Amino acid sequence: MDLSFTEEEAGFRDEFRAWLAENPPGEAPGTPDEHFEWARGWQRRLHEGGWAGVHWPAEYGGRGATLTQTAIFFEELGRAHAPLPANTLGLLLGGPTLMVWGTPAQKERWLPPILSGEEIWCQGFSEPEAGSDLAALGTRAVKHGEEWVVTGQKVWTSAAQHSKWCMLVARTDTEVPKHKGLTYFLMDMEQEGVQVRPLVQITGDPEFNELFLEEARIADANVVGGVGNGWKVALTTLMNERAGLGFFLQVRLRQLLDRLIDAALGNGRFDDPRVAEKLGMLHARTEVLRFLAYRGLTATEKYGQPGPEGSLVKLLWSETNQMLTELTPEIVGAESLTAGTRWGYELLRARGNTIEGGTSEIMRNIVAERVLGMPRAGR
Amino acid sequence: MHFDLNDDQRQIQRTARELLSTRSSFERVRRAAEHGRYDEELWRELCELGWPGTAIDEAHGGQGLGMVELAVLLEELGYAVAATPFLGSVLAALAIQAAGSEAQRERWVPGLAAGQLRGALGVLSDGVAELVPDAAGADVVVLADPASGRATVLSGDAVEPVEAIDPTRRYGHVRAGGEGEQLENGAAAGVDRALVAASAELLGVAQRALDMTVAYVKERKQFGVPVGSFQAVQHRAAQMLLDAEGGRGAVYYAAWAAGAAPERLEEAASMAKAWTSQAAKSTTAAAIQLHGGIGFTWEADVHWLFKRAQLGARFLGGAGVHHLRLAQAAARRPAHALG
Repeated sequence: MDLSFTEEEAGFRDEFRAWLAENPPGEAPGTPDEHFEWARGWQRRLHEGGWAGVHWPAEYGGRGATLTQTAIFFEELGRAHAPLPANTLGLLLGGPTLMVWGTPAQKERWLPPILSGEEIWCQGFSEPEAGSDLAALGTRAVKHGEEWVVTGQKVWTSAAQHSKWCMLVARTDTEVPKHKGLTYFLMDMEQEGVQVRPLVQITGDPEFNELFLEEARIADANVVGGVGNGWKVALTTLMNERAGLGFFLQVRLRQLLDRLIDAALGNGRFDDPRVAEKLGMLHARTEVLRFLAYRGLTATEKYGQPGPEGSLVKLLWSETNQMLTELTPEIVGAESLTAGTRWGYELLRARGNTIEGGTSEIMRNIVAERVLGMPRAGR
Repeated sequence: MHFDLNDDQRQIQRTARELLSTRSSFERVRRAAEHGRYDEELWRELCELGWPGTAIDEAHGGQGLGMVELAVLLEELGYAVAATPFLGSVLAALAIQAAGSEAQRERWVPGLAAGQLRGALGVLSDGVAELVPDAAGADVVVLADPASGRATVLSGDAVEPVEAIDPTRRYGHVRAGGEGEQLENGAAAGVDRALVAASAELLGVAQRALDMTVAYVKERKQFGVPVGSFQAVQHRAAQMLLDAEGGRGAVYYAAWAAGAAPERLEEAASMAKAWTSQAAKSTTAAAIQLHGGIGFTWEADVHWLFKRAQLGARFLGGAGVHHLRLAQAAARRPAHALG
């Protein structure tokens, strides 16, 4: 049990902090498109400074950072009020998936522009009829000569309108059990057969998209991990999903809570013990979230890959963020229910937290079955 | 950063779990509880092994280990619902070690560390410390007064024994104003350590509730399938795991802070107590619920956990009290929990 950073970890943190101090990210712009361009410019600067893909091995242009250093990186990013790099999906999901399953030629072609942010990636997994039950997806890919022709629909695709490449899972064999007939492709988004339609959320923002695929073409060379092996490759992507991001989100939660506490101190609501008690509870949950995340890191370092314990972190984070935002009307008052305010946005946006990246219900199933070893539920 | 027990600490944990699985089986807990007394044989054995002196300096007859090692033992004792005066004796010893003068330490700590003296620690609220664990039968009672920040060492005569709903240990009320000797350096350090220790025990209670429940719902069949395959049951069990694991993080962070980062101890101790108080209550309630009808019977043993949790959660203040303290801490400065 040693909860202080090692000299190396502290050195890494100090170095990145110093870099951030010299390279401030600036203020977040208002519109979603401006925000994206801000994040793209930010990734360029990170890359020039050698800070994009810190967790990537040195041979692929990364820093070979340890898991703890990667956690520190995301914590510091959050602390500096910086955006996530524009190509976060490529950095966190696409790149690491290619490192495991890609051929040398694929790695050479796709990894460098992920790192520089030159090519943006999106994730084409979920479908209208395949959310939690991902393996039930129905997008079809049929081989014609040296290429695949894809038809179907994807949903919840963030950054699709900015993306060059899509991590696409499609059904290539309908004759075998559902997990076995899938293949993982890298699909070029810039083609006729791919239509992107913004999906407006309850916040009013189009953060995600729908993807309509009408005979979209994918070269056979863009199959990752072999035909029929898509489920396994997709799992690699999903395993990476919660690794570093959790630390970023955890810091964001911390910052939001600190703002709420400041607001309560400023307008006197803090003096109401019922309000203070709730803030204290949120403070405890936010800190415990951090403990769980670091405990997960220690376990991952020991056993080699992230375990299903990450589901606990996801559960606690999403539900705490909802509790926090639900408390804002009681503290901030009318402003938090006024359209166009940050608090109003956060209150609405938080509802997505217990759905995106695995619903809380599915997370609880995963915890019960994979951590507690309970018998598989009849769905 | 290594947020887990090291090999030595794991070894202590394994040894304790093994020992208590036979020496503090539910059969033995039940026997002690039904007779309204401690398991004296077990207590003697623990004293011979030096357990009460785990976090006491070698100069005062202890083993000179830290709060993390003590938390490991307390977690296991909570897991076993062991019917011994361990908690109270350790809390008194820690408080006197932390805040007593050298003479005061000489006088009480070695006896408490060796188990020759039995102790308890209570915190005054409106002139009385209620339901202090292990107070009835204690030789030495440390009574902390948050209003003055002072702590007084009283004899066991100051205790009014109470039969609590938890029959696995002896409780008592302790009133202010008795003849006693003030500890030289106040109450805070002792109380913070007591919070960590009590939280570690509650963590063990929560973990046991979870383990018993998971084992039961895997076996128990209804409609031809194990009830553990029902999502309603699974989701409640998953919540129990989150309660227990969150508590594990908070307890061991606080135990680590006691030795390595004392400036963070006060806040960490409140965090641990707030979380485990709630977690122990909700996991043990869920344990009864998920055991179904049998869970409500005297023979099913889950009730020992529920009862411990109720008393333990209230001791030194429950979630509400500590959430208020934590709000004050959060308002003072940004959190700096790790690193």
